[in-house]
Amino acid sequence: MLGVKDLHAFYGRAHILHGISLEAHAGEVVALLGRNGAGKSTAMKAIMGLVPPARGEVSFAGQRIERLPPYRIARLGLGYVPEERRIFTELSVMENLEVGRQAARSGVPLWTEEKLFKLFPNLARMRERPGGRMSGGEQQMLTIARTLMGNPSCVLLDEPSEGLAPIIVEEMANSIRALKGEGVSVILCEQNLHFALGVADRAYIIEKGQIRFGGSMAELAANDSLREQYLSV
Amino acid sequence: MTLASFIIQLLNGLAAAASLFLVSAGLSLIFGVTRIVNFAHGSLYMLGLYGAYSLIEFFGRTPLGFWGAVALSALAVGLVGVLIEVLVLRRIYRAPELFQLLATFAIVLVIKDIALFTWGAEDLVGPRAPGLTMAVEIMGRRIPAYDLLLIAIGPVVLGAIWLLLTRTRWGALVRAATQDREMVGALGVDQAKLFTSVFFVGSVLAGLGGALQIPREPANLELDLAIIADAFVVTVVGGLGSIGGAFLAAIIIGVAKAFCIGIGTVTWFGFEISFSKLTLVVEFLIMALVLVVRPYGLLGKPQAAQRAASEPAPPLQVPSWTFALVWLALLAIVPLVADRYATILLTDIVCFALFSVSLHFIMGPAGMVSFGHAAYFGIGAYAAGLLLKRFGLPMEAALLLAPVIAGLFAIVYGWFCVRLSGVYLAMLTLAFAQISWSIVFQWDSVTGGSNGVFGVWPAAWLADKTVYYYMALVLCGAGIVFLWLVLFSPFGYALRAGRDSPLRAEAIGIDLRGFQWAAFVLVGAMAGLAGAVYAFSKGSISPSSISIAQSTDGLIMVLLGGVETLTGPVVGAAIFTWLRDVVARNTEFWRAVMGGVILLIVLLFPQGLVGGLKLLVTRWREQRA
Repeated sequence: MLGVKDLHAFYGRAHILHGISLEAHAGEVVALLGRNGAGKSTAMKAIMGLVPPARGEVSFAGQRIERLPPYRIARLGLGYVPEERRIFTELSVMENLEVGRQAARSGVPLWTEEKLFKLFPNLARMRERPGGRMSGGEQQMLTIARTLMGNPSCVLLDEPSEGLAPIIVEEMANSIRALKGEGVSVILCEQNLHFALGVADRAYIIEKGQIRFGGSMAELAANDSLREQYLSV
Repeated sequence: MTLASFIIQLLNGLAAAASLFLVSAGLSLIFGVTRIVNFAHGSLYMLGLYGAYSLIEFFGRTPLGFWGAVALSALAVGLVGVLIEVLVLRRIYRAPELFQLLATFAIVLVIKDIALFTWGAEDLVGPRAPGLTMAVEIMGRRIPAYDLLLIAIGPVVLGAIWLLLTRTRWGALVRAATQDREMVGALGVDQAKLFTSVFFVGSVLAGLGGALQIPREPANLELDLAIIADAFVVTVVGGLGSIGGAFLAAIIIGVAKAFCIGIGTVTWFGFEISFSKLTLVVEFLIMALVLVVRPYGLLGKPQAAQRAASEPAPPLQVPSWTFALVWLALLAIVPLVADRYATILLTDIVCFALFSVSLHFIMGPAGMVSFGHAAYFGIGAYAAGLLLKRFGLPMEAALLLAPVIAGLFAIVYGWFCVRLSGVYLAMLTLAFAQISWSIVFQWDSVTGGSNGVFGVWPAAWLADKTVYYYMALVLCGAGIVFLWLVLFSPFGYALRAGRDSPLRAEAIGIDLRGFQWAAFVLVGAMAGLAGAVYAFSKGSISPSSISIAQSTDGLIMVLLGGVETLTGPVVGAAIFTWLRDVVARNTEFWRAVMGGVILLIVLLFPQGLVGGLKLLVTRWREQRA
């Protein structure tokens, strides 16, 4: 589904990604774990074309995408949910969803506003509310819903649990399981190992822009020293 | 003033506000989404007027012919906007914002000459609207029916834009892109297409605003910069990106202007006050007032920090002393080997180099873009001339006092300007320049009005062109070196720190506003010196030395050379002045040639000439290494 090979990326002159490789298969939830500043978000931005990769390959749905502009990548069915949510604050919930809308894609679940409101019932109660007047949790729901309006086959989810109340985090985990249930692949960046353990099938650990581990969640859960070395704060 | 004349002036103002609103709404839309300050927007308005004139002549003066011409002209201008976006601006969206500004200046020059070529230099008076030539009697006064129609068109267009923005997918995309265009792209929206469509709609509005004016205003070549200044004022007063604000501001300014004309000359406490003379300046007074009270305009909101902003400017490189001395020596030799003409041209270049370096100081390292830097150049020039002619001071004293006076004005103007930032700051500098210009332009008894001041010749010992050149070289060269030295003093470091991160600069104890104010005064005085030296070299001063065109020339010089380099502004001034001289001597259409050259440079060297050359040299070195 999504394959990354030897990806390098820079922010200005700072070399952030030093050749990362990873892959995600159809219908799989993959966690990208690492501390603050390890390069998780940059990896997602580089895959999405928001930070143009300096070197390396990214392939998605059987196509090389590392040179494509973000909108072309999105139109291939790769969804991106940014860490800072980036809700359009002046637009209502319905309008935020409208911006994310793309044509139906064959072989991929089709999302409508009503279907999304079933997944995120909170949003259904505030259709006309401007994005700027929503709580952090509600905005997090909206940003995911907005990306789903593009009917993606794979979603890049940047720190979905960050800064949310525990009960909302639990809802978020349920939503991710629901996405998996629909057959959508998910790659999520996380610092919260507990959250990742609850939703992901496999995990990669990234540290200083390099992949240090790749394996099943069970392997990671069993390996204390790995967690100690790369994830504990 | 009677109630009847009050009502009449009100209606006059509302009619004038319609076109102003249309143009400003288009400008606001385009700025909101693309973040481009489109200086060419006034040119699109002008094309709308010319286009309507020609199409009416073609279709015939029938109601169908008239309205068909107006609509077709607006659509044609929309296509011109699409052309501009696709051919030029699309290629440089990743370039620094100021470079995009330079591209739109170039487009202004090109369109002006296309209009000159197509329609000639004479004013073209259009017909009145067939079927609407009658007047309606209101309270005993006659109001043209066409004006009443215009008054209705404003709110109709406002409603249409509002529906478009709030009830359509396109509108949602535009509003979303206004806030975060990168995110819109990540959601699968083709920005290029969105930008093109926004340019089309914005340009149609400009074209329609122009075309609708055909019965009220003759088509002429000065409209482009005149209307862009008005439109800037309206968008800024209303709040950038706020269409409703633009409507409100257009009405306030349209009505205020109408009242100034209507009131005419009044005697208060024995003083004669000519309100009609205020028409040229009243909008800028309103703008200055609004911006001081509401820094984001009447209905505007603080601008969101721009995402994916260009990288911070690299540190400045100091030119070496040998480099400077070699150039100085070369410049000193020129009059010995070249003819009188070259010496005079070099004198111009030296003056403009100081002007350009002073502008670079404020817009580059100090981070405050000025659209009205000609104010200080012009004030310096006029101060020199008036001290000599009206106060009878010796030329040397006038020359040395002129920068002081320009600095005094900068103290006043700067106090207001440093309270703002970004585009609002730029617009306020433009406002002060225009206020200065309109005072100079209209105060016949002192400044000579549109004729300017004559006989501003240097003292006898400086009368020789070569001697004067050496004096200009010494004075302006000293000014340039002084400004450069200041940049590398703690004061200069503080300014650059403030530009790169205002919050952090203040957190470490820099009184940023005070420093910026001081910088304003410093560059104002230096630009004044340049203006004074220039005035004595020409022997006369005209209001054009303080005009928008003079300000934009300065911006072109700085941006052409490259705002991120120290020597760029000098190179830019030299090339621009020399090129303009060469081209203007050979063709009537020098603006189009200049514009074409600038566009070529913008597309080939998005870092400016000196920046681009440095990049080439670095690449070449890297390849050899």
